Amino acid sequence: MAHLVHPQRALSTNPLKTSAPLGAAMAYLGIEGAIPLFHGAQGCTAFAMVHLVRHFRESIPLQTTAMNEVSAILGGGEQIEEAIENLRKRAKPKFIGIASTALVETRGEDVAGELREMLARRADFAGTAVVYAATPDFAGGLEDGWARAVEAIIAALVPAQAGPKIAGQVNLLAGSHLTPAEVEAVADMVRGFGLTPIVLPDLSTSLDGHLSDDWSGTSLGGTRLAEIARMGQSIATLAIGTAMRPAAEALANRGVPPQVFASLTGLKAVDAFVTALMQLSGRDAPATIKRDRARLADACLDAHFQIGGLRVALGADPDLGFALGTALTALGAEIVTAVTTSGLNPIAADIPAAEVILGDLGDLERGAATAKAHLILTHAHGRMAAERLHLPHVRAGFPVFDRLGAQDQCRVGYAGTRAFYYEIANAVLAHPHRPRPEDFGATPVAQEFDHASPPPSTH
Amino acid sequence: MAEALKTQIAGLLNEPACDTNRAKDEGSRRKGCTKQLTPGAAAGGCAFDGAKIALQPIVDVAHLVHAPLACEGNGWDNRGSASSGSEIYRTGFTTDLTELDIVMGNGEKKLYRAIREVIAEQAPAAVFVYATCVSALIGDDIEAVCKAATERLGTPVIPINAPGYVGSKNLGNKLAGAALYAHVIGTMEPAEPGLCDINIIGDFNLSGELWQVKPLLDRLGIRILGSISGDARYAQVAMAHRARVTMLVCSKALIGLARQLEDGYGIPFFEGSFYGISDTSAALRTLCMKLVERGAPADLIPRCEALIAQEEAATWAALASFRPRVAGKRVLLYTGGHKSWSVVSALQELGMEVVGTSVRKATEEDKGRVVEIMGDDSHMFDNMAPREMYALLREARADVLMSGGRSQFVALKARVPWVDVNQEKHEPYAGYMGMIGLLRAIDREMNNPMWADLRGPAPWEVAVQAPAPAPLRLASGSPADFEDC
Ligand code: SF4
Repeated sequence: MAHLVHPQRALSTNPLKTSAPLGAAMAYLGIEGAIPLFHGAQGCTAFAMVHLVRHFRESIPLQTTAMNEVSAILGGGEQIEEAIENLRKRAKPKFIGIASTALVETRGEDVAGELREMLARRADFAGTAVVYAATPDFAGGLEDGWARAVEAIIAALVPAQAGPKIAGQVNLLAGSHLTPAEVEAVADMVRGFGLTPIVLPDLSTSLDGHLSDDWSGTSLGGTRLAEIARMGQSIATLAIGTAMRPAAEALANRGVPPQVFASLTGLKAVDAFVTALMQLSGRDAPATIKRDRARLADACLDAHFQIGGLRVALGADPDLGFALGTALTALGAEIVTAVTTSGLNPIAADIPAAEVILGDLGDLERGAATAKAHLILTHAHGRMAAERLHLPHVRAGFPVFDRLGAQDQCRVGYAGTRAFYYEIANAVLAHPHRPRPEDFGATPVAQEFDHASPPPSTH
Repeated sequence: MAEALKTQIAGLLNEPACDTNRAKDEGSRRKGCTKQLTPGAAAGGCAFDGAKIALQPIVDVAHLVHAPLACEGNGWDNRGSASSGSEIYRTGFTTDLTELDIVMGNGEKKLYRAIREVIAEQAPAAVFVYATCVSALIGDDIEAVCKAATERLGTPVIPINAPGYVGSKNLGNKLAGAALYAHVIGTMEPAEPGLCDINIIGDFNLSGELWQVKPLLDRLGIRILGSISGDARYAQVAMAHRARVTMLVCSKALIGLARQLEDGYGIPFFEGSFYGISDTSAALRTLCMKLVERGAPADLIPRCEALIAQEEAATWAALASFRPRVAGKRVLLYTGGHKSWSVVSALQELGMEVVGTSVRKATEEDKGRVVEIMGDDSHMFDNMAPREMYALLREARADVLMSGGRSQFVALKARVPWVDVNQEKHEPYAGYMGMIGLLRAIDREMNNPMWADLRGPAPWEVAVQAPAPAPLRLASGSPADFEDC
């Protein structure tokens, strides 16, 4: 177990963390016909929207209750009502997911109570499901906001009294660290065993990047509300990521036995998942999965030469950091510096490093330099540190705004793990280390032996 | 909100030099140019965002955001202001206020320590401290902290008091300008003030646009003394009061600052633009004329004319090669700013047809110019909801959309070429060489063979002949304005 370090300082340099409301908004975007709504001043929404657009390269229907100086002092209950009214008029959403921001939570408004009262009064809002999650920016990060949103959806939309069990139906709670392609890969694995997953939230149909035939002012796909209402009738809940444990427990209270998988990256992690699917379905693993496992085993053999002994500086939210970190150490890499964002998820302490800093990219850069890391594994904002340290930089997490296809990265399952190992090994191979005499303490060849003419132009 | 800030905002919103403001009646003038935001239908950044946009391009300053994570965590490293020197401005500094800091009332103390740490680690030319919603709401007095820090730490620490909820990005720009005037400008003296020293206000050197213009100024011997704030050093802001003339580039928001420099230091200012050929020439002409009026050598004017003649001829020669590829194409313009008329006239010159333009932020004078350039006002429209614009584009009633980032996906999803002309664009289009760059971008985008492939049917779709597109008639006045400048 790693030692969790809380640096004692006032200055945060180059944030690693993304805010909790943004995480909630992202989760809400995995519901069909959704508009996420920030309860706060409009600026927070503008920043979050730009952030999401840069990552997914899609238009993002994020809205705001537009608190102003008056409502910031007096409270913004009316602003929510007005916002819902306007959104319904304009975009006819099936679902509005509200996330609070620091501004509202600093005042300590009882938004949930006000919302309940208002929804009871406004029978005309019935056609739109409204959900509220408290996600102040000053507590936790993206992963926490995402988890709170999923918990809020379950609390509001999964009936406490479930109907009869539906054979073969399982709940798949997708953690915030899964890309749309990864959600799809996991759901496909589940289907491969003859099970029918209800994926919550489901970015694989909303933010997978597809060109549709019409313009929509809401999310382009996602979990259907009717499916959410049936989640209490599933035979099991499979939660991916430890941050999803409270959500899984909420479903357990509705009679669905939970299983939490901290990671689906790495041979052992995927083995555990496949074992669970075999038990749940009573079936043998399909041939494609067996073949994928054999191919991963072979990829391990090939890639361990690059990854064995590799010194990695890792910066990620807890679930992602754990998944990628353990997959790399399983092939002999060493996580020489680990920085994560939030201590709310207990898995933070299990990231395989001697110490895990709850910090920022400033910590990651310093740590990578002192520990002589070979590679930086973090989101796109790590690019400046990587440039300064002349290290290869593999992008993982949110945001990835300077590479295309972030939504297509798949590092889960046997096939995804194989791709991840190749990705890391190739990043190492692309930065070949050319030995110099100085590396060994030898003096360089004396200058007088050098050919005097200027070196030929490389162009 | 603190009384002082309230009074300051009221003053800023009543800008005597602003034509738009002067044209208003007494009542609406007092309301200023704030508009009430509609919950659920609002777009655009906050005042903090605006202040940061205006000041962040000052490259050797540490920009420290006093806030919980959201303000800086979601907003740093997201703009393309280029620097030829220090990179400190690109680093995101924040106090990352936690629940504990807020509950315990530790905000001011944490801020002071953060200022000390950033000075110790980075030795910046100055520290700019940004207030935000939460730090303002809990009553942190950033002015007092900055004052104490400046005295004790020996590095200028400047308070930028523009918490998000006080208003829009535009107001934030203004508050940023006011902070510079109050705390920075006039605090340093240039070693050798010259008769051809100028201020450029309102250019943020996005993608290096300032450098597209600088060679022209270099050739005329004009020096950018004060820059607010493209590729600026702190000292250049501090010395701005010694410039001879101020050019205000594409920015109503900073007009107050330009006027203050005129009133306080006798530096005349003019508004100009470096977008388009005729506007670039006009800006250079005015600049030189005003410098000469203030004592610069008289031969500046003929030298300027020679430069313009040479550059314009060269530019038109270069643009001519695009004509066969762009002539006859229909452009839909959807931008926030209205400094692009010179660009429009150049496009028309090359045979392109402007089939519509938004006037949602235009003044009456701007609208007059639309009529002048386009013949009548049938092509003007106010706001267009995304769905409306999508429908219009889907029916192929324009060959290219030129707009800002917010309508990017409306165009792309409608399978229509799109050219980014807003602030976040990644290519520089300023000055003469920028115009050639813009045409290259339009040509490359519009004539990409991909569009035909994407518009064609999938194998399983029956190929039907599309009906001829209806003539363009633009609906106007949709309430949902989604393209914020
Ligand atoms: S609106 Fe307030 S809290 Fe939100 S980003 Fe702007 S300053 Fe920060």
